[in-house]
Amino acid sequence: MVRIKKVRITQYLKPFALSIAAVIVLLFAQAQCELALPDYMADIVDVGIQSGGIRSAVPEVIRKSEAEKLAMFLNDEQQQLFLSSYTLVDAGQASAKQIKQAPLVEQEPVYFLNSLTDEARASLNSMLARAEMIVVSLPGLKNSEEFKELNLPEDVDLFSLLRQLPQEVIDDIVARIDASLEVAGENASPVASAQFIKMEYRAIGINTDSIQLNYIFSSGLRMLGIALFGTICAIIVTFLASRIAAGVSRNLRLAVFSKVENFSSAEFNQFSTGTLITRTTNDVQQIQQVLVMFMRIVVYAPIIGVGAIIKVLNTNASMTWIIALVVVVIMAIMGVAFAVVMPKFSIIQKLLDKMNSVLREFLDGLPVIRAFNTQGYEEKKFDQVNTDVTKTNLFVNRTLALLMPMMMLVMNCVGILIVWVGGHQINLGTLQVGDMMAFIQYSMQIIMAFLMITMVSIMLPRAVVSIKRVLEVLNCPLSIADPQQPKSFDPQQHGYVEFKDVAFRYPGAEENVLENISFLARPGQTTAFIGSTGSGKSTIVNLVPRFFDVTAGSIEVDGVDIREVSQQELRHKIGYVPQKGVLFSGTIESNLRYADADADWHQLKQAAEIAQASEFINAKPEGYDAPIAQGGTNVSGGQKQRLSIARALVRNPEIYIFDDSFSALDFKTDAALRKALNELCQRTGSTVLLVAQRISSIMHADQIVVLDKGRIAGIGTHDELMKTCEVYQEIAYSQLSKEELDHDEHEA
Amino acid sequence: MTNTKHNPKPMMRGPMGRGHGMRGAGEKAKDFKGTMKQLLRYIKPYSLSMVFGILFAAVATVMTVVGPKILGKATTELAVGLSAKAMGTGGINFGRIAEILIFLLCLFGLSALFHYFQNWLMASVAQKVSYNLRKALAEKIDRLPFKYFDTHSHGDLLSRATNDVDTVSQTLNQSLANIITALVQLFGFTIVMLSISWEMTLMAFCVLPLSAILVMQIVKRSQRFFARQQEALGAVNGHIEEMYSGHIVMKAFNGEERSIAEFSENNQRLYDSAWKSQFLSGMMQPLTTLIGNLGYVGVCILGGWLAIRGAIEIGDIQAFIAYVRNFNQPINQLSQSMNVLQSTAAAAERVFEFLNEEEEVAETTTPAPVRDRHGKSLIQGQVTFENVHFGYNPDKIIINDFSMFINAGKRVAIVGPTGAGKTTIVKLLMRFYELNGGTIYVDGQDIRNYKRSDLRSLFGMVLQDAWLFDGTVMENLRYGRLDATDQEVIAAARAAHVDHFIRTLDHGYQTMIDEDSGNISQGQKQLLTIARAFLADPKILILDEATSSVDTRTEVLIQKGMETLMKGRTSFIIAHRLSTIRDADLILVMKDGDIVEAGTHDSLMADNGFYASLYNSQFEDCE
Repeated sequence: MVRIKKVRITQYLKPFALSIAAVIVLLFAQAQCELALPDYMADIVDVGIQSGGIRSAVPEVIRKSEAEKLAMFLNDEQQQLFLSSYTLVDAGQASAKQIKQAPLVEQEPVYFLNSLTDEARASLNSMLARAEMIVVSLPGLKNSEEFKELNLPEDVDLFSLLRQLPQEVIDDIVARIDASLEVAGENASPVASAQFIKMEYRAIGINTDSIQLNYIFSSGLRMLGIALFGTICAIIVTFLASRIAAGVSRNLRLAVFSKVENFSSAEFNQFSTGTLITRTTNDVQQIQQVLVMFMRIVVYAPIIGVGAIIKVLNTNASMTWIIALVVVVIMAIMGVAFAVVMPKFSIIQKLLDKMNSVLREFLDGLPVIRAFNTQGYEEKKFDQVNTDVTKTNLFVNRTLALLMPMMMLVMNCVGILIVWVGGHQINLGTLQVGDMMAFIQYSMQIIMAFLMITMVSIMLPRAVVSIKRVLEVLNCPLSIADPQQPKSFDPQQHGYVEFKDVAFRYPGAEENVLENISFLARPGQTTAFIGSTGSGKSTIVNLVPRFFDVTAGSIEVDGVDIREVSQQELRHKIGYVPQKGVLFSGTIESNLRYADADADWHQLKQAAEIAQASEFINAKPEGYDAPIAQGGTNVSGGQKQRLSIARALVRNPEIYIFDDSFSALDFKTDAALRKALNELCQRTGSTVLLVAQRISSIMHADQIVVLDKGRIAGIGTHDELMKTCEVYQEIAYSQLSKEELDHDEHEA
Repeated sequence: MTNTKHNPKPMMRGPMGRGHGMRGAGEKAKDFKGTMKQLLRYIKPYSLSMVFGILFAAVATVMTVVGPKILGKATTELAVGLSAKAMGTGGINFGRIAEILIFLLCLFGLSALFHYFQNWLMASVAQKVSYNLRKALAEKIDRLPFKYFDTHSHGDLLSRATNDVDTVSQTLNQSLANIITALVQLFGFTIVMLSISWEMTLMAFCVLPLSAILVMQIVKRSQRFFARQQEALGAVNGHIEEMYSGHIVMKAFNGEERSIAEFSENNQRLYDSAWKSQFLSGMMQPLTTLIGNLGYVGVCILGGWLAIRGAIEIGDIQAFIAYVRNFNQPINQLSQSMNVLQSTAAAAERVFEFLNEEEEVAETTTPAPVRDRHGKSLIQGQVTFENVHFGYNPDKIIINDFSMFINAGKRVAIVGPTGAGKTTIVKLLMRFYELNGGTIYVDGQDIRNYKRSDLRSLFGMVLQDAWLFDGTVMENLRYGRLDATDQEVIAAARAAHVDHFIRTLDHGYQTMIDEDSGNISQGQKQLLTIARAFLADPKILILDEATSSVDTRTEVLIQKGMETLMKGRTSFIIAHRLSTIRDADLILVMKDGDIVEAGTHDSLMADNGFYASLYNSQFEDCE
C-alpha cells in the first residue's frame, strides 16, 4: 500500500485563486451598480419630476422683492448670512452674462448667488427651505377660518400686510405655521421649496423646463453609465467563471483519469467500471456546472441581498419587517413544497428505472414472449408500472402547479403592502414617493436573492455527492506500485514462470480463491489450466501480469519475484489475450500495433495469419485500414477474439497468456489457430499459459493444471490425468463421449 | 419526469437557465407540421382540458398584466395627494388608495387561482398523453416484425419510450402554457403601454429589437460552441469508456502513457469549447439586462419629460418601468419555447416514427385449429420445408430453395461454424420472419394458415442465452403456461431434473431472480428454461446447446433434462456437441446463412464435404 497525501477539492481551486478573487471583487462592483439604479430612479421621480429638477432650496437668482419676503421669516443672524451670500444687481447695471442668466434683471433688481462653500450652502439650504415653505403656504392661509375672521378684502397683499406688523407678531405667526407644517412633515419641504424656486425662476424669465429636462437627462445618462459598468462587470465575471469552472473540471478530469489508469484490477473491482466511468464523466461535469452557478449565484445572491438590505435600512422607511415577513413566507412555501415533492422525485426515479427494466426485459425476451404467447402478460406488467409512473408524476406536477402561482401572489402582495404602509409613511413625511418605488424594487431584489439561494441549495447536495465520489477515486490508495529500486530480470532466463505456494484472496473477500498453487511453466511449452466455473483458473493467469498481487507465496518470472521488477518491464515480456476480445476504436492496424508501435508490416501480417484473422481482414475492402468502432462493435465476437490474439502475437513476447481466448471460435478455426500457434511457440521458445473450457482445446498441452475450488487437483499430461485425476475425468466425460476419447487415442 | 425543473418564470430565467442548446444542440424535426398533427391526435381526447387550460392561462395573464398599471394608480394618488398637501390644498386620499389596493389584491388572488387551475390541467393532460404514448409504444413492440429489431438497438427504443416521451410531456406541461402566457403578455403589455403613452411605447419598441437581435446572434454563436463542446465531450467520454472497459488490455500492453496523452489532448479541446460555450451563453443574461436597463433609463427620461408636460402621471412611470423591465420576458420565453418546441418535435417525431413502423403481415382470417374443443392438441409435429427462399435483406437471399420433410418425433441437428446463421431456421419456423419464397408446413398446413399465437404455442424453446425476468423462480417457470398450478410447475421442474437444484436455493421456488440473475449461473438458468419448456408441453422443440461457461456438473444435468424433454417431440437442436449431432436423425449443415448439406452423420461423412471437414477438424492433431 502506498500512502498518498489526501486530496481536497480546494487544491483544485488554488491555481485559480486570483481569478476567483477577481470574480468576487467584480461581483461586488456589479451588485453596487445594480443597487444604485433604483436610487437614481427615485431621484428622477422625487427631484426630476416632483421638484422640477430643482435639487436645493437655494435659488441661483432671486428678485429683490421676493428675497425680502423670505427675509421676513429669518432671524437677524440668518438674514445677514442670506444677504451676504448674494450680490444685488440693480436694473440696468447687469452684465450681458447676467442678463442672459436672468433676463428680468434689466427691469428690476435681482440677487445673484455668490460661489459658496458646501457648508455655507448647506446651512443656507435648510433655513431657506423653511422660509420658502412658509412663503408658499401663506396664500393657503387665506382660506383658513382664522383669516376669514379678520375680514380683510379679498385682494389684499398678505406680505405688505405682514410687513406692517411688529416683529413679535410675525414671529408668532411663523411659529404657528411651523407647528402646522410639522404635521405635514418636512418631507413636503423639498416639493414646496422647489415650487417656490420654480415660480421665482419663471418670473425672472428662466426656462424652468430645460432645468428639469437637463436634470432628468443627466441622471438618466449617469444611470446608463452605471448600468453599462455593471454589465461589463457581469460579462467579465462570466468570462472568468466559465474559464475557472472549465479549468477546474479539466484538471480534475485529467487527475481522475490518470489515477484510474494506474489502478490495478483490485481497485477496479472495488469501484466497478461503470461507476468509474460516471465518476470521470458525469460527476466532473456536474462539478463544473455547479462551480459556474456557485460563482454567479451563490456568491452574488448574498452580496446583492445584503446590499439591498443595507439600502433599505438607509431609506429610513420602517418597512423592513415586510421583507422579513415575505422571505419567511416564501421560504416556508418552498420548504413545504419540497418536503412534499422531494421524496416523490426519488420514487419517480426508481419507477422510471423499473419501467426501463420492464421494457428492456420485454425487448430482450421478445422471441421467448412470442414463443410463449405471453404478450398480454407483459403488457399488463408494463401498464402497471406505466400507471404508477403517471400517478406519481401527476401528484408531483399538480403539487408543483401550486408553487408558482403562490409565489407570484406573494410577490405581488409585497408591492401592495409596501404601497399601503409606505403611503402612510409618506403622509407622515418619513418617506418620499420615489423612495417608496425604490423600496419596492429593493425588496424584489432581496426576495430574489433568497429564492436563488433556496433553489441552489436544493442542487448543492447533488454536487457535494459528486465531489465526494470524485475525491474517493483520487484518494484511493494504489494497491500495486513499482518497487523503489526495481530489479532486472535474469538475462539468462527467458520465459520461466514459477508459482511458489501461491494463495490469493480478492480484496474484501472472506475466503481464498486460490491456495497452495505451485508449478513451473517452461519456455517452449504449453501449460494449460482447466476446471469448472469458479475454480480459479482465470485468476491464476491474471496474477502473472500483476493485475493483482498474491496474498501469500510468490510468483517468479525468469528468476525474479514479479513484485521486485517494474510493472512496465514485467508486462513487456507478456502477450496477454483476455477472455473477451477487447479492441479499441481505430483501425485493424492500429489495434494490432497497440502491442508494439514499431512493428513492421511483416510482423503484423504474420500475426494475423497465425491468429486466423488474415482471411477476414483481406475480405474487407479497406483491409488493415478497416475501421474498428468503439468497443469493437462492428466485428463479430470471433473476429474480435482473433484480432486480440493477433495483437498479442505482434508483440512477440516471451510469455503468452490466453485467458479462455478461444471460446467464441468454431471448432475448425480453433484447431487451425492452435496448430499455427503451437508451431510458432516451438520456433520462438515462448511459454504459453492457456485457460480453456473445452477439453479438446487443451488435450495436447505439455502440462495441464487441473483446478478444483482453488486448489490444484492434478498436474500432468492428458493421458496421465485421464488415469490419475478424477476431476479431470469428470470434465472429460461430460464433454466428450467415450467413443470420442477412444477415437482420439486411436488417432494419437 | 427525471428532471422536473419547474421553471418559475421570471426568477429562474438567466443564470439558472443552463443556456440554450444544451440539449441536443439545435435538434430539429424533419417534418415539424406532420409530427405536430400526430401529436394533436393524442391530445384530442383532452381537448376540453386543453381549451380551459389555455383560457385560464390567458385570463390569469391578463390579470397580472394590468396589475402594475393599477398599482401605478395608487402611487399617483399618493403623489397627487402629497403635492396637494404641500400646497396646502388637500391631502392623501387613503380611502381611494385602499380601494385600489383591495381591488388589486382580489385581482392577483384570482390570477393566482386561474394560474393554478391552468397548471393543474396542463400537468394532467401532459401526464395522460405521455401515459398513452408509452402504452402505444409498448403495444407497438408486440406488432412489429423481428426484422425491425435487427436494425434498431434496444437502447434506441428505450430512449424513445423514456427520454423522448418525457420531452414531449415536459413541453405539454410547460412550454405550451408558456407560449400562451408569453403571447398574452406580449399583446397585453403592448396595449397597456400604448394606453399609458404612445411615445414611451415607441421608444421601448426601438430598444427591444436590439435585444432580440443580440440574443439571436449569441444563440447562433454559442450553438456552434455547444456543438463543438458536445463533440469534445463525446470524444472524452468515449475514450474514458473505452479505456476503462479495456483497462486490463491497456495495462497488459503498457498503454498508460499513450492513453493519458490522448486523453489530455481531448480534454484540452473540451476545455476550450466548454468555457467558450459557457461564456457565450452566460453573456446573454447581462446583455439582455443591459438592454432592459436601456429601456428603463429611456422610460425614466422620456417619462419625466412627459410628466412635466402633464401628459402622464407619476404612477404611470412606475407602471411603465415594470412593463419595460418585463417586456423581455415574454420575448425570451417565446424564443426559448420555440427552441424547446423544435426539440420536442424531434422527440415526438422519433416516437411517431416508431409507432408508424410497418407491422407484421396481417393474420389469416380463416385460421386452422391447433386444438380441439377440449384443448387437446391436434398437431403431431411433422414439419415440411418446400422450396424455401429467405434473406434478412431481400437483396441478399441466404437460403436458396431449401426443401426437407421431417417426420413427427424426429431429431434435427443444425450445425455449422459461428455466424453461419443456425438460428435462422428456427426463426422461420416460428414465423418470426416472413419467407421470401416457398412454404413451410406443419402437419401439412401452411404455417401462414395458423394464427401466429397458435403456431408459436406449438413450439418450446430452450436457448443458450436463457431469458428470465425479474421475479421468483416460480413465476419464471409458470411463464411456460400462465394458468399452471404450483403442483404442475413443481412436476415440470422434477421432470427437468431441476427440482433438487431449486430447493437448494435460499428461498426455494420463491427465490428472486435479479436483473442479471447474478445469483444463478448461466447453466442453471438454462435448466430453468428446460423446466419452463416442460410446463408448456410443446409439440416441437427448439434447443440451443451450451458452448461454454457451464460447469461440468450442471452440463450433465442440462443434458439429462434435454434428453427427457426431447422424448416424443420433434426437435431442432442447434448443436455443438458431437455426440448430439451423431445421434440426430437429420443433420442440417449451415454455412454463411445457407444450408449447404443435409443428411445423417454417416451419409454426410461418406459425402466427404463441408461436414466431414468440420467434423475432422475437431480431431486434427496440433502437432
